[in-house]
Order: sequence, then structure tokens, then C-alpha cells
Amino acid sequence: MATAAAPDRIPSVARGAAAVPGPRERAGDRLFRLGVAAFALLILALTAALAVMLAVESRGTWRSFGFSFLWSTEWDPIGGKFGALPFLYGTLVSSALALLIAVPLGVGSAIFLAELAPRRVSDAVSFAIELLAAVPSVILGLMGIFLLVPWVRAAEPFLTRWLGWLPLFRGAPYGIGLLAAGLILSLMILPYIAAISREVLLTVPRPLKEGLYALGATRWEVVRGVSLPYARSGILGAIFLALGRALGETMAVTMVIGNTPQISASLFSPAYTMSAVIANELAEASSPDHLSALVAIGLTLFGLTVVVNGLARLLIRRLEARG
Amino acid sequence: MNPLMMNARQPEDPAVPRPTEPYGEGVPLAHAVGERPVVMTIRNLRAGYAGGASVLKGVALDVRERAVTAIIGPSGCGKSTLIRCLNRMHEAVPRAWCEGDIHLGGRNVLHLDPVVLRREVGMVFQRPNPFPTMSVFENVAAGLVLNGERDRAKIAETVESSLRRAALWDEVKDKLASPGVGLSGGQQQRLCIARALAVRPRVLLMDEPCSALDPLATARIEELLVQLKEELTVVIVTHNMQQAARVSEYTVFMLMGELVESGPTQRLFTQPKDKRTEDYITGRFG
Ligand SMILES: Nc1ncnc2c1ncn2[C@@H]1O[C@H](COP(=O)(O)OP(=O)(O)OP(=O)(O)O)[C@@H](O)[C@H]1O
Ligand SMILES: [Mg+2]
Repeated sequence: MATAAAPDRIPSVARGAAAVPGPRERAGDRLFRLGVAAFALLILALTAALAVMLAVESRGTWRSFGFSFLWSTEWDPIGGKFGALPFLYGTLVSSALALLIAVPLGVGSAIFLAELAPRRVSDAVSFAIELLAAVPSVILGLMGIFLLVPWVRAAEPFLTRWLGWLPLFRGAPYGIGLLAAGLILSLMILPYIAAISREVLLTVPRPLKEGLYALGATRWEVVRGVSLPYARSGILGAIFLALGRALGETMAVTMVIGNTPQISASLFSPAYTMSAVIANELAEASSPDHLSALVAIGLTLFGLTVVVNGLARLLIRRLEARG
Repeated sequence: MNPLMMNARQPEDPAVPRPTEPYGEGVPLAHAVGERPVVMTIRNLRAGYAGGASVLKGVALDVRERAVTAIIGPSGCGKSTLIRCLNRMHEAVPRAWCEGDIHLGGRNVLHLDPVVLRREVGMVFQRPNPFPTMSVFENVAAGLVLNGERDRAKIAETVESSLRRAALWDEVKDKLASPGVGLSGGQQQRLCIARALAVRPRVLLMDEPCSALDPLATARIEELLVQLKEELTVVIVTHNMQQAARVSEYTVFMLMGELVESGPTQRLFTQPKDKRTEDYITGRFG
């Protein structure tokens, strides 16, 4: 037994592994490794099965509309016309708006919490932020309806007065619409960006920061010169995680966006998102064509998240390679 | 207003005691150092960390210009704390405090803006800490850019001269654009020295700069120190008494937060006045 174990003990030590205590533990290690590998494979298989299932269930739509399904703007279940573009537009614009608001706020508060606030304040605020992340989205949706939408309605005329030269800020002040959806989404993803960015910023090694302080840097210069560059790939990861969340969010968005499949240049106008239309119409989808079109939207959303994640990977790897 | 300034406390009593033993007056200087002008005066310096007792218990010391002053003493005696008070880096530790008098050319260091002070008093750390997201060039240029230098030609010129002064230019002149962390440990430490030199400090503080390096890299840095002291003042903490003897004109021996003895290096090593110094340098404890 011992002699049989000896030959492969040498290379494993040479590889830099910790001392190998005995054959019994190594069997355990192997079992663990296999188990972990099996779970990883299972996740991969599930993801693949998901994509296949969506493709199979939506094949009717692809057969009759082809890729023009993606850029057709008409959505008329009774007339049998299906196009995904208004939903794609609603999802992308509301998420982009959410990022536009939540990234500066989230990264800014993470910088404050990690670099400027006393540790106790930082921990207390972080706890509150994590609580915010745990609020069910339907509750946020309620808050959206009763608080946010009236505010937006009140603010829209002012936006028109100051920024009305942009088509984005023209139109009737409904309150309900893309702007409200973007705001509620930004509130949802802000905790992710802030909490993760703070954690990442806290891992910046002290000696690095002291290195720049020693050259006569101010706190802000250290944040900009050392902390943010060191943490950038982690912060980017947080942003993409938040984007993924925003793209898929259903409940809070459908409660404030107005659920109207249209493309309008104005942020004030009602719109619709991919996840919202699936959730709202699935139960009433009586015709197989309608059902198939909804699944096709699901597949589009799935594809979008895959693309976003792929881009995130690529970008983060780029940044890490640059050191 | 820099928030780091908050921790600097005024001593209650403005009367500053003279050091009891200013560099062994009357003792012939072994190194041909003459009596050099004092650049930094430290009096009654006390310092500590959050909630703890004083780590420095009233240190008094004169740091002389264009010479190497070595600080030796057993682990935990407060060498790092002392040297970090000199450029106010001590205050970067949350709730650390220091009080007393540190004068640099007539100004009280504890009342200066740390940002201004640190451009005059540079620091090299125990572990080489090049900025990981910056190239060799950018590492050396970092301090200049902080100072608001925008003239590219001038930056390039200073980077080159700093790398030359740090005896690193020949090794890195072809890879200025590659990451600073890609260099060997000894090269990284010289890069950090170049980085500190680039802002033209009057005083350079070094906290065990060779303890993470092999003997060859250590020897290179020691050679470098000999050249550097032609133009600036060096205060170096070292665990290695041979190193102190090799590179320094003045040596300071510390024990448990107190400065036991200071004086010309050769005198301190050959004729220590304090029994505790003698015990330490002959290896009887510590
Ligand atoms: N960040 C800190 N918080 C609390 N106490 C500290 C801190 N840093 C140092 N100390 C304490 O201060 C005392 C002096 O530490 P210092 O680092 O100045 O010693 P040193 O002489 O540099 O030791 P070494 O030779 O091991 O580097 C030690 O007792 C240490 O425990
Ligand atoms: Mg130390």
C-alpha cells in the first residue's frame, strides 16, 4: 500500500501541494474533487438544457418570422403579429438608465464607506445597504407606485422645462413610464454595486496606499491613483452583476413602466420589458403562436444575458491582463 | 484640510528638554563626518496606537544632514513607529496618536500639512510596493504627476535621472513600459527608491528596506546608500547590525520605546556607553 502510494506522492509535493498525509485523505480529496466537478458539470448541463428547451418551445415563432422577430415592432397577439423590438428596447433602456444612476452613486458610496468613513459607520451603513438588497422586489414596486411615480409625475414638467431641448425629456407627464422604471431599477441594483465595490476596495493592500501617501498624495489622490485601479476589475464585476439583475427584473418594473409595447424617444412614455411581457401574458396566452412568441422573447432575454456576461468576462480579463 | 492631520496633538508643556546625550560630544569621530548640520530635531516624542500605552516614551534625537542614520534595536522596540512619525505616516493607522516636537528645518512637522511634508521626507518600505497597475515608468513618475507636473519631457528626464540615481536605469531602460511588479524583488525595491527620489526629498526614510531581499540585492542597495548620502539625508531602520555598521555614520539604539544611546556609528559599536547597548551589540540579548 505504502509503496504503491509513494510514486505519486513525490510529484504532488513537487507541484507545490501541501504535504500529503496519507492515502486515506487522498482518497477523500479525490472524492471531493470528483463531486465538485460533477456539480460544475451539472450546472453546465442545466444551462444548456435551458437554452435547448427555450429554442424548442419557440421554434414556431422562429419558423414563421425568422430573425425579423427581433426587429419587428408590432405586437398584436390577436392579429397574430409578433415582434420583440419594443420589449428589447424597454429592457435595454430601463437597464441603461438604472446603471447610469446607480453606478456613480454606488461606486461613490463604496469609496466613502471603504476609504473615508470610520469603520463603525461603514459597517452600520453597509448592513443597511445589504438589507435594502434583501427587500422583495414587489415591495419596491409598491413603493414605486405610491411614492416614486407621483414624484416623477411632479418632476417631469421641470425636466421638460430645463432639458426639454432633448427629445428624451419631452412628452406628457404620466409618471408611469421608462423613467420611473429606470429609477426603481437603480434603487434595486444600487446595493449590489455599493456593497461589492466596498468589499473590493477594502481588499486594497495597505502598503500600496501608503506607498502613494508617502509621495505626498491626498486621500482622494490615493483613491484615484491606487484604490480604484486596483479594484477596477472587481467593481466592473459588481456592475455587470447588477446589470444582469436589472435586465431580468420583472415585478418592480412591470408595476411602474406602464406595460405598453411601444418605442418612443421620450423617457416619460410608458414602455414594456421582455421579462414583464412574459410574466403578464403567459397565463392568458391561448394560441400556440402567442405562447411560442413569449418563449422566443424568453430566449432573446437569455441570449442577451449570455452576451452581457460574455462581454463582462472579456472586459475583466482585459483589465486583469493589464495588471 | 487633510483628515490625517487630526491625530497630531500638541504637547502640553512647550518647554522642550534637550537630549541628554547629543552624539557623544568630545568623542573623536571614526568616520570622517565632521560635525554635520542637523536637519531634523526630535524632542520628547511620544506615540502609540489605539487604546494602548505609549510605544515611544519620549524620544529625543538629532538627525544630521547628508549622512545615514541607522536605527537598531530588538523587534517591537518602536523603530518603525519612530520612523513613521517622521513623515506622519504613523497617523495613517486608525486612531494612532503622536505628540511632542519634530522639527524639519525650523518648521514643526506635526503642524505641517502631511501632504507637503511627505514631499520633503520620502519613504521606502520593508516590502517593495510598486503600484501594480502602473508600468516602471509610471511608478517613478507617480510623485511628479501628483505634484502637478505635466511637461512630458521634464517627466521623462526626471524618471531617467531618478532611475539612474537608484542604480536601476541600465536594467530597466528597455522595459520602461512593462509593469513594475514584473521586476525582481531587488529591482522592485530600487524602483521604489527611484520613485521616492523622483520628488527630490531632503530626507529619505527606509524601514528595513533589505529584509525581503537576498544578499546580492542587499549589497546593491547598500552601495546605493553610499552614493545617496552625498545629496540627501537617510534614516534607515535595520535588524542587521553589520548593515548598520557598513552604511551609517550615526547609529541609534532603541529599547522598549526608549532611545538608549545614539552617536557616531563606530563609537557606538566600539565603545558603547550604556550597558544595554553593549549587551545588544555583543548579542547578549534581543
Ligand atoms: N498597528 C498597530 N496597532 C497596535 N499596536 C501596534 C501597531 N503597530 C505596532 N504596534 C505595537 O507597537 C510596538 C512597536 O512596534 P514597531 O512596529 O514600531 O516595532 P519595530 O521596532 O519596528 O519592530 P520590528 O523590528 O519587528 O519591525 C509593538 O509592541 C507593536 O506591538
Ligand atoms: Mg518595524
